[in-house]
Amino acid sequence: MDLEAYLSAGAKGGLLPWSVQLSAARNFDLPLSVVEERAILAGLLPARYQRNRESISINEQFILCRSRVAIIGCGGLGGYLIEELARLGVGTLVGVDPDVFEEHNLNRQLLSQIDALGEPKVQCASRRVMAINPAVRFEARPERLGPENGLALLEGCQVAVDALDGVSSRRALKDACAAIGIPMVHGAIAGWYGQIATEFPGDGILEALYAHATEEKGSEKQLGNPSFTPAVIASLEAAEVCKLLLGKGQALRHMMLAVNLLDMSFERIKL
Amino acid sequence: MLITVKLFANFRVGRFVVEVRDYPAGTAIKAVSGSLGLASQEIGMTMLNGRHAEPERVLKDGDVLAFFPLLGGG
Repeated sequence: MDLEAYLSAGAKGGLLPWSVQLSAARNFDLPLSVVEERAILAGLLPARYQRNRESISINEQFILCRSRVAIIGCGGLGGYLIEELARLGVGTLVGVDPDVFEEHNLNRQLLSQIDALGEPKVQCASRRVMAINPAVRFEARPERLGPENGLALLEGCQVAVDALDGVSSRRALKDACAAIGIPMVHGAIAGWYGQIATEFPGDGILEALYAHATEEKGSEKQLGNPSFTPAVIASLEAAEVCKLLLGKGQALRHMMLAVNLLDMSFERIKL
Repeated sequence: MLITVKLFANFRVGRFVVEVRDYPAGTAIKAVSGSLGLASQEIGMTMLNGRHAEPERVLKDGDVLAFFPLLGGG
């Protein structure tokens, strides 16, 4: 019996139970990610994605499965992004962050927990992805993205997501994305406030947003970051990534969404 | 001359969302931000009539100015 016949025999109503996906990987000595790809290609949707179906077709699920996305920064925004993109079924996630978890991360960073203080953020991210969707490949890069390693970190990615916490690293990410010709989904937070935008190479959005920036940090120095702001902004970024990968909907291009959770206002600003 | 000033995020706290304000002819953008107590290092982006503008730019009657703080956290 070949893999596809084995998967078909174990499927129920076009859905592939996790137990069958797992046994197929074992019996055919294949990574779970490969079993997932072959199943979707054969028209069998892993059962975990059945609630995706009304929003994301099986063909689109296949596109997500074949996609590679870099998440630059695995802290406040990055933790939620990794969680959501892994649950969505993006095939390969590259997590980039040189830091370890510290106590002051616990108020908002999804992947931080008391028994992981001192551990590299990318290591915790890798463990989380394994726990929630082991069919997703997670590549942990405990590095700071800069001009010297940007291209290597983004190689093969269709989209990069900005979950960074400084101006110069955002500029380096924008340059690396432009050099390899992929879009970048920008997000930033401070206190009750956040902003997101999607930049295609040459759009100049990042230059505009940080045009006057002379310092590395912004208002978050005074305002801090409560638990809900990164969750909101990261979720908006994840939706933007999903649309970019699938080529559907309307991207936040040539504009910025200014989010104010204190006034509960969402304003689109043309740039 | 009358200038419409729009503020975003924490710039609104203790100030306003949008206000029409009177300034003498020849006023530059940086004088407006200064009059509102917005420190230059706090400003991420300034837009004049929907386009990015430099702080030295001199305003004219009826201009619409928007100040966005620098948000850098992640």
